Amino acid sequence: MPHTLSRVLLTVVLLPLLIPTLGVFRADTPTQLSPQNMPSDTAHFPRSFGLGRAATPDEIKKLDIDVRPDGKGLPTGSGISTKGKSIFEAKCTPCHGVGGVGGPNGSLVTSVPAAGKRSERTIGNYWPYATTIFDYVRRAMPFNAPGSLTNEEVYHLTAYLLHANKIIDETTVIDATSLPKVVMPAQKSFIPDDRKGGPEIK
Amino acid sequence: MKNKLIEIGQIAPKFSRRKLLGGAATAAVAIVQTAQGKNIQQAITVSDVPDDPTKVVGTLAGEVGTRSSFEKVVKKPSDISSRSPLQDFYGMITPSDLHFERHHAGVPAIAPHKHELLIHGLVEKPLVFKISDLKRFPSVSRIAFLECSGNYRTGKETLTPQEICGLTSQSEWTGVKLSTLFREVGVKPNASWFLAEGGDAAVMTRSIPIKKGWDDAIIAYAQNGEALRPEQGYPVRLFLPGWEGNTSVKWLRRLELSDAPFMTREETSKYTESVNGKVRQFSFDIDARSIITYPSYPQHIERGWVEIRGLAWSGRGKVVQVEVSTNAGKTWQLARLQEPILDKAHVQFRYLWEWKGDATEIMSRVTDETGYVQPTYQQLIAARGADGGYHFNPIASWQIKPDGSVLHKPEK
Ligand code: HEC
Repeated sequence: MPHTLSRVLLTVVLLPLLIPTLGVFRADTPTQLSPQNMPSDTAHFPRSFGLGRAATPDEIKKLDIDVRPDGKGLPTGSGISTKGKSIFEAKCTPCHGVGGVGGPNGSLVTSVPAAGKRSERTIGNYWPYATTIFDYVRRAMPFNAPGSLTNEEVYHLTAYLLHANKIIDETTVIDATSLPKVVMPAQKSFIPDDRKGGPEIK
Repeated sequence: MKNKLIEIGQIAPKFSRRKLLGGAATAAVAIVQTAQGKNIQQAITVSDVPDDPTKVVGTLAGEVGTRSSFEKVVKKPSDISSRSPLQDFYGMITPSDLHFERHHAGVPAIAPHKHELLIHGLVEKPLVFKISDLKRFPSVSRIAFLECSGNYRTGKETLTPQEICGLTSQSEWTGVKLSTLFREVGVKPNASWFLAEGGDAAVMTRSIPIKKGWDDAIIAYAQNGEALRPEQGYPVRLFLPGWEGNTSVKWLRRLELSDAPFMTREETSKYTESVNGKVRQFSFDIDARSIITYPSYPQHIERGWVEIRGLAWSGRGKVVQVEVSTNAGKTWQLARLQEPILDKAHVQFRYLWEWKGDATEIMSRVTDETGYVQPTYQQLIAARGADGGYHFNPIASWQIKPDGSVLHKPEK
């Protein structure tokens, strides 16, 4: 009898106290647990569930289309504004306007605002990184035929949009080396979120 | 596929065959049986209602229920989004088919058996998961709101709660914790961000700090007890409790762990806001907000007791209190909160008010557990400048007219 009692005491009183301090919950611990004193839900996880399959380098390469500001992800190829202009006129002006100004789906090129109006947010006055143009146009444009442009076309269009926004010269060649070096006028305005709750309105 | 009516006439002789077969105008009352022998319920229209429902055997049991055709609750679509009818909701859960929608290139059609989630980048083992793999991992469910950070309209008196802030909804989300998948692939110590990418035509991408992935991110495959709705990311989405909706990337196909953010279009050109000449970026948390959903435009109230009702929420934790003013903000009273009050979740509030017929304004303001008090529009403008933009959560006021009509009070 006293022996049983002490076991009960151990499991009921001590175990719940011990569990939070145990780094690893062992599966053979007596099961006197209630939903309230369960160890953290990962404590009894195996090292691996063995689910999923290894991704092959080829399939990663096919899906990994993102481009970072440091140029990571940019493909080979190059582009120039004059060629980008003719692609833009063929594929983009119906929605973004002649010269990238005033189309039904928004201007891409900075222009002088109409009297009394604020200037539209565009690549030239609002985008902090030039690499984003390549990344976004390749993944999502033209809206009616997403993903249809070749890397070469995207480089030309990127060069065109940068030149039309007066950020590069007409003759600047845009490629994996030059694009990350383009400094965008808006970059200096960007600040990370500094709201943190509490009484202050930010 | 040929539909065959069940021989309902034998048990319910008062149902005329004309009614059962009626077209759109007199939509069939009952159950139709498909070629596969499955019962499908069809909506009952006003003309189908018998004088005395106790004298007619009703519709038989079906495979899928239908909303009563007397209930006209609909989202309000535009080209790019569709807003939840907040004024028509009861309780804290948004019916899945009324969850708001916001997408950047439409809702993709995805076959679940063809869809995979790739996790790669700064990991020990790049892995590909099928939906069936994801469902075998330890699962988790959580009730939480999802709100678009562009969820604000004002400017005219004839705005409903749906129009002012219908880009918020609440569901119970079920899936696998992202931390569980992080353990499976083995995150490298230098990983500080991850990219989430959708499989829609926008191939939507957002960079997320890795800490959120470890904290409470869910790779969700279910919503309110069933598979996700296509509009909410079927067959799998990222769900980041309390964060601006766009970061909870839908139709999730890829996660790439990285040592820097990617600066995608959606975190530079969009979902950033002008604040005093600067541009605020990576503003993830949804600030606390509340809105009275009853009474609201275009409802009318009668003199006497009115239960003022609404929703309150915070992306930073729990709602601590909601105050209601029935005298244009001169004094405030505590509203009752409906349990359960969950972390990062819509909470219902109620305040019983006796309206004596005078013109006035009513409004609500929430306080969350960080001590943040929902600001006025003027306070927001004073803090940020007048450029507007994302994360606008001001107190919304309703004007009560002596005839009982209710109008929004546009912010100035
Ligand atoms: C059928 C209309 C259409 C065509 C054609 C089109 N676009 Fe777009 N574009 C859109 C829409 C719509 C958006 C906004 C998408 C969204 O809501 O996320 C957009 C957005 C953009 C943006 C981002 C703008 C910003 O400020 O964030 C860029 C850059 C862009 N398009 C470039 C192009 C280029 C380059 C082409 C030609 C290859 C092109 N578009 C063709 C409709 C179009």
